[in-house]
Amino acid sequence: MLSMPSTSGARLALSTALLGVLGACVVAFALRSGRPRADFAFTGGGEIRSLDPHGVTGVPEGRVIALLYEGLVARNPHTLATEPGAAESWNVSPDGRTYTFTLRADARWSNGDPLLAADFEWSFRRMLEPATACEYASSLWLIEGAREFTTGLAADGTPRERDWSRVGIVAVQERTLQIRLERPTPHFWPLLSSHVFAPVHRASLEALRERHPRDWATHWTRPGTLVTNGPFRLVERRVGEVLRFERNEQYWDARNVALRTVDVLSVESWSSALNLYLAGELDWVDGAIPSSLVPELLGREDFDPRPYLGVYFYRVNVTRAPLERREVRAALATALRRKEICELVLKAGQQPAFSFLPPQAGDYRSPKTFGESSDYAQKLLVDAGLTDAEGKCDLRELELHFNTSEVHRDIAEVAAEQWRAALGLKVRLRNQEWKSFLDAQGKLDYDLSRSSWIADYADPSSFLDIWTTGHENNRTGWSNRQYDELVAAARSERDAARRRELYANAERILMHELPCIPIYHYVSQNLVDPRVGGFGQNALNEQSPKYWYWRSDEELASVRAQSMRRCEPVESHGPSAGLYPPSRAEERR
Amino acid sequence: MRRFLLRRLAWFALTVWAVITISFVLMRSVPGGPLSSDRTLHPSVEAAVNARYHLDWPAWRQYLQTLGPLNLDEHGLLGDRSAVFGGILALDLGPSLQHRDVSVNEIVAQSLPVSAALGVTALGWALLLGLAGGLVSALRPGTALDTTARVLSTLGLSLPNFVIASLLVLALAVALPIFPVAGWGSPAHLVLPGFALGAPFAAYVARLFRAGLLETLSQDCIRTARAKGVPWRAIVLRHALPGALVPVISFLGPAAAGILTGSLVIERIFTIPGTGSHFVAGALNRDYALAMGVTLVYTVAVYALNVLVDLAYALIDPRVELEKDA
Repeated sequence: MLSMPSTSGARLALSTALLGVLGACVVAFALRSGRPRADFAFTGGGEIRSLDPHGVTGVPEGRVIALLYEGLVARNPHTLATEPGAAESWNVSPDGRTYTFTLRADARWSNGDPLLAADFEWSFRRMLEPATACEYASSLWLIEGAREFTTGLAADGTPRERDWSRVGIVAVQERTLQIRLERPTPHFWPLLSSHVFAPVHRASLEALRERHPRDWATHWTRPGTLVTNGPFRLVERRVGEVLRFERNEQYWDARNVALRTVDVLSVESWSSALNLYLAGELDWVDGAIPSSLVPELLGREDFDPRPYLGVYFYRVNVTRAPLERREVRAALATALRRKEICELVLKAGQQPAFSFLPPQAGDYRSPKTFGESSDYAQKLLVDAGLTDAEGKCDLRELELHFNTSEVHRDIAEVAAEQWRAALGLKVRLRNQEWKSFLDAQGKLDYDLSRSSWIADYADPSSFLDIWTTGHENNRTGWSNRQYDELVAAARSERDAARRRELYANAERILMHELPCIPIYHYVSQNLVDPRVGGFGQNALNEQSPKYWYWRSDEELASVRAQSMRRCEPVESHGPSAGLYPPSRAEERR
Repeated sequence: MRRFLLRRLAWFALTVWAVITISFVLMRSVPGGPLSSDRTLHPSVEAAVNARYHLDWPAWRQYLQTLGPLNLDEHGLLGDRSAVFGGILALDLGPSLQHRDVSVNEIVAQSLPVSAALGVTALGWALLLGLAGGLVSALRPGTALDTTARVLSTLGLSLPNFVIASLLVLALAVALPIFPVAGWGSPAHLVLPGFALGAPFAAYVARLFRAGLLETLSQDCIRTARAKGVPWRAIVLRHALPGALVPVISFLGPAAAGILTGSLVIERIFTIPGTGSHFVAGALNRDYALAMGVTLVYTVAVYALNVLVDLAYALIDPRVELEKDA
């Protein structure tokens, strides 16, 4: 038997017990929110930037906006064709400048308010107002008077008072919205269907701004406060953990929405995302699978990389010697062996790039411009007097600049070695953490700098506009008058074939001058449960959550039987009875 | 006691001020800003965002605004307060520049309990395994049991926690699906990350406790007690344990601080929505407000833990007097 503990022993026991209880309380408090698993859970990476559709630009944010909001028109996730959204019909005037939209009579906000043309007018105005700081405001400038409204400057650059009545966006009737463009613009449709053109609820936002003039933004996008018009509504938000959505029963097409709850998890590490997916905690991983894991996944039924509208390239600083000489840039571009990079480093079926635009940009076909030949590259340098007859290269050491990441380093190492072998060129690698990297690139503090460009919509303008003189995303110092003229002409050309030709001519100049050296075209890397139905397979990896459902056992079997793809079937974590939208569930009964 | 606390409070204020100032200067002297992205903003839009977050102000004015709700303008030192975000003195850390629709206060309020729970679990593992291992080692020195415990503690000290974490996931979540691979929401989610985070500290505690016990047990008073026929169990529990615990307790302060600030890797591996990931992301994204907020929270936590440990000394060991110790 123990004798009575001494005083210090008693204190010790007491404080240990107290600490234990305290610790248990902390754990219980932190775990207080228990959530059942949602019908569908996915991740697009870490915590998103905002739920304000006018305050975001990224792909993961776009996914969440697509759950919450619906614009005038939408894109079909299988064909990318424009289809009705909040507007049920529209017509375009013969001059191609005036668009008149008719809103659905049954379109409503999640709080039951009717969705009116005035809501869209006010939302577009909000996007254009500089105080909103909408990063996509400039894409709206193809609307009459919009640029003037944002910048406060007239076309000749003189300051001018902002006047909304001069902007071509008018709610002409309760459910009729008219938009008038500066000039006919063929890519207005794909632009209009992108997520930034979502409406926001005026009454609730204005009431909040009244109450919290300074920090309304941090009070607005709360569950219970945020009023939206999309297929789902926000019910819970835990920063860095999860966004929980529920079907919005006020949505006009709620009868065709299968999922009752959707979780968007914030997962910083892709290998953890993969683990969660394999454990059945996630149904879709939307993002970059580390290339070291790709070989493990290839051949699985749930991993099917598809061409994706993005290009990986090296920017060339044309303001620095010797890169101001076209021959040097062309030698660099032709001396690479891209297939080796795609197969050795990337492994997921990425395609070598010999054009800036990927091959799937709508009807557009890139012109054939350059190929790969180390002899030709060598000859370019000899002819330019930069390499002597013995093949000794006179060029200074070049620096290849990239943001810190394993895959960028691997690619840079292979490219540097290829340049050394083919041209005798010395290339030094310099990596920087993301923000410092961007800073250096913006200041043209580099020789060659890693870059990528993902299209907002399937149209050449989305890729080629950035290379015009002085464009904020040019960042190479390159400028070509002829190129600028071709892009400007293409922008307002209404004849589709002629327009494609103008863009092709512009791209030919770009790929002749080579201020950017394309390396490869992206593939999408969706890891998605085979049972998920209605999942979009398109070159933009665009998804429409309202179409998602779970296939039943029979349907999954028949889909598998029809599939032409030879792959290894995987077990699904979804409900074997399937989960169908209310309307289809009735049919099946 | 009161003088001790007052003096600590004064030092606390000074420390916090220094941390704020140094963080402020460091954050703004690295290249890149909160707005830079691979898609450059149009200049007119960039100007509007800068104005919204006061990034267009001169540095000294931003500093005053960060420090407290100070807006030095034509209205005087306090200026037009409705136009600026709160400051640290007003306990308002402002809006995050990266997650634009949440305030730093909210991020901290949501993530700190999570990190604390993880920390408590880790500390629990550290104490449980460390004390048990140390006790076994010290009472049976030189035996196979002792050797095993010492080998394990060497392993725990030398393996980085992310290696332990990966091995645990592989063994106990993938091969044998006992625990969830990652995520948050139930006590089961805490077991593996808590263990991985606590393992190095458990190893250290085991070593400290073993050494402490062996030293106390070799003292004359213990031998005297044994000679007088006091039962061995009573000797260990009553006389040796409190003395041997003092080094362990003094290690708890730095250990708790280390667990708190070292949790970021574990939080990432296990997808735990704690403060650690915000600490790193805040700095990487140049989210000045978030980085400042989390740094401050850590400063306060580490400082408070150290004060608590000093108080605990006095509780355990009556010979420690706080006034002299401070």
